[in-house]
Amino acid sequence: MKTPTLSSSAAASAQQNASGLQGLWQALPDPVRSVAFRLLALGLLCLALSFASDAFLTTTNLVNVLRQAALLFLLASGVTLVILTAGLDLSVGANVAMSACLAATLMKATGSITLAVFAGLGCGLLIGIANGLLITLLRLPPFIATYGMLWILHGVTYWFMKGETIHGFPPAFRAIGSGHWLGIPIPVYLMVAFLFIGVVFAQRTRWGQEIYAVGANPEAARLSGVPVKSRLVLVYAVSGAMAGLASLIFLARLNSAEGDIGEALTLPAIAAVLIGGTSLFGGVGSVFGTLVGALILTLVLNGMNLLAISSNWQPVVTGVIVVLAVFLDNLTRKGDRK
Amino acid sequence: MHEMTVRAEPVEGVGKLTARLKHAGSASGALMMLIVLCAVFAFSTENFLDGANLVNVAVQSTILLLLALPMTLIIMTEGLDLSMGAVLTLANVVLATVAVNTGGVSLALLAALGVGLAFGLVNGTLVSRLGIPPFVATLGTLGAAQGLALVVTDGQSVVGIPASVQMFYSGAFLGVPAPIWIAGIAYALFHVVLYHTRFGANVFALGGNREALTLAGVRTRLYLVAVYVIGGLMAGLAALLLTARISSGHPTAALGMEFDAIAAVAVGGTSFEKGKGWLLGTLIGVLAVGVLRNGLNLMGVTSAVQVSAIGLLVILALMIDAFRGKQS
Repeated sequence: MKTPTLSSSAAASAQQNASGLQGLWQALPDPVRSVAFRLLALGLLCLALSFASDAFLTTTNLVNVLRQAALLFLLASGVTLVILTAGLDLSVGANVAMSACLAATLMKATGSITLAVFAGLGCGLLIGIANGLLITLLRLPPFIATYGMLWILHGVTYWFMKGETIHGFPPAFRAIGSGHWLGIPIPVYLMVAFLFIGVVFAQRTRWGQEIYAVGANPEAARLSGVPVKSRLVLVYAVSGAMAGLASLIFLARLNSAEGDIGEALTLPAIAAVLIGGTSLFGGVGSVFGTLVGALILTLVLNGMNLLAISSNWQPVVTGVIVVLAVFLDNLTRKGDRK
Repeated sequence: MHEMTVRAEPVEGVGKLTARLKHAGSASGALMMLIVLCAVFAFSTENFLDGANLVNVAVQSTILLLLALPMTLIIMTEGLDLSMGAVLTLANVVLATVAVNTGGVSLALLAALGVGLAFGLVNGTLVSRLGIPPFVATLGTLGAAQGLALVVTDGQSVVGIPASVQMFYSGAFLGVPAPIWIAGIAYALFHVVLYHTRFGANVFALGGNREALTLAGVRTRLYLVAVYVIGGLMAGLAALLLTARISSGHPTAALGMEFDAIAAVAVGGTSFEKGKGWLLGTLIGVLAVGVLRNGLNLMGVTSAVQVSAIGLLVILALMIDAFRGKQS
């Protein structure tokens, strides 16, 4: 006990010095610190971009960033719940494509916006439930089940569209994607609403807590009475339904639908979740983190646009960011264990 | 310790026999699917059973086999390589660009193999050293390869492929088409390496028995990297056949082809979770996917829609597998 006097007294004085701000920081729960880090990164990114490009801090650009981040967040919020259970949904992009094409076709054929909206949401939901059943009943690994689903949906959508493009929708429908209220795009209101719903659901409801429990340790969750299978079906169903909602917004914004609409959204959606600090190994993460992740990714891609970097680089950068995010998550987890 | 683990390998002694017997189950499943598919198309199309068409199926399946062989090894180690199609695409545009500029094959093939080697090393390192789950690591590199293929070509096709390259797909030697020679040699090499070398035995153990392998002093991480590197190199080699086949380099040429490869492996009875792999099953799986695509082609079904059918085939195979698992 006596030998390490020097170092222990040094440590004690260091602790005393740190008792102010740093003590407060240490006292914060892990999830709050992890989100705070990401908010800091977001702030620095904004600062860097405003120096790098004059066009960044303009109202038009910021509104545009928010609009894009809103779509990404809505899609990624459902994926967040899936990844919280240590699963993965690779089918969200193909789900967006199929739901959007179905909604577009029905809207053209009947002229009914209500029918189209219900069809889009219902299609997304059904695909999600199908994923959940493949995973729970057939016991397929989630990435295999949803990867197979991706290609099945891809083919069905192409068969159904026959290579045609459907465009020109009623203004009332287009408002979902491109409308404004008080100068703020409608998708942004949806983003805020679903952020609230998502945070309350995940943090404050029994079902939400059970989803975390399933991700942290499925066996322990089962033993403590959590219906693991039905919670798994639930998260894939929510992910599917959110893809259905995202498909409507995307459709309304583009005002046209082709067989591959939205297929490229899968990688960014998963990237947003992982950047937001949700762990691929389940049980750790938050919907709010995903919002920050969606904003960071959108800002990076927006910055590349402003700096006139070819959009061909976007998948490269997104791919690198995905790998980097998981790598950093692994590092911090190893740090926790020590 | 070492002796014991080696004995436990399904490739030696008694283990070998039981492994073969167990595979007979998946064998009948995969073979049955292939036969049913052939029967369906023999009845529903006029030309399926023509000699020329059957040769066509075999030749067209060669590129897929080159991907499915290493994919079998990767899946046996409880891994996955989603980037294979994108890496093949990138290797295709690089090979095409170099071939057009140099007029020859050797440098172009080297460049394509280099692309494959680089992505294989990155994938293997991400999975084995950094502990990133394979499906996410390779999803990331998929994005990277896909983007780079666009960057290299600026979204344009590369045309003017020299005849010396095209020969590798359209040529023949001793009356047998060149791609069949290449795929056949590749298959034989994989067979020897997987079933008759220490390397192969260790690859089997990587999936089912990794802990024992580590305890026995085998450098498992190195083996994992090697498996992904083989995947990358085979994608580079497949780029030679693909470029020769389509006589061009195209920035989206083989995107999604990893799905066909994964499907062939799954139909062939290799398990995603238990470190069981079977090369002949993969060959049958490749032929099943090839027959399905060819038959649907004859029926006028577009390529994108064929993918749905392959997806259903995989689900069917997995369901049969799950059903068998419950029975035993």
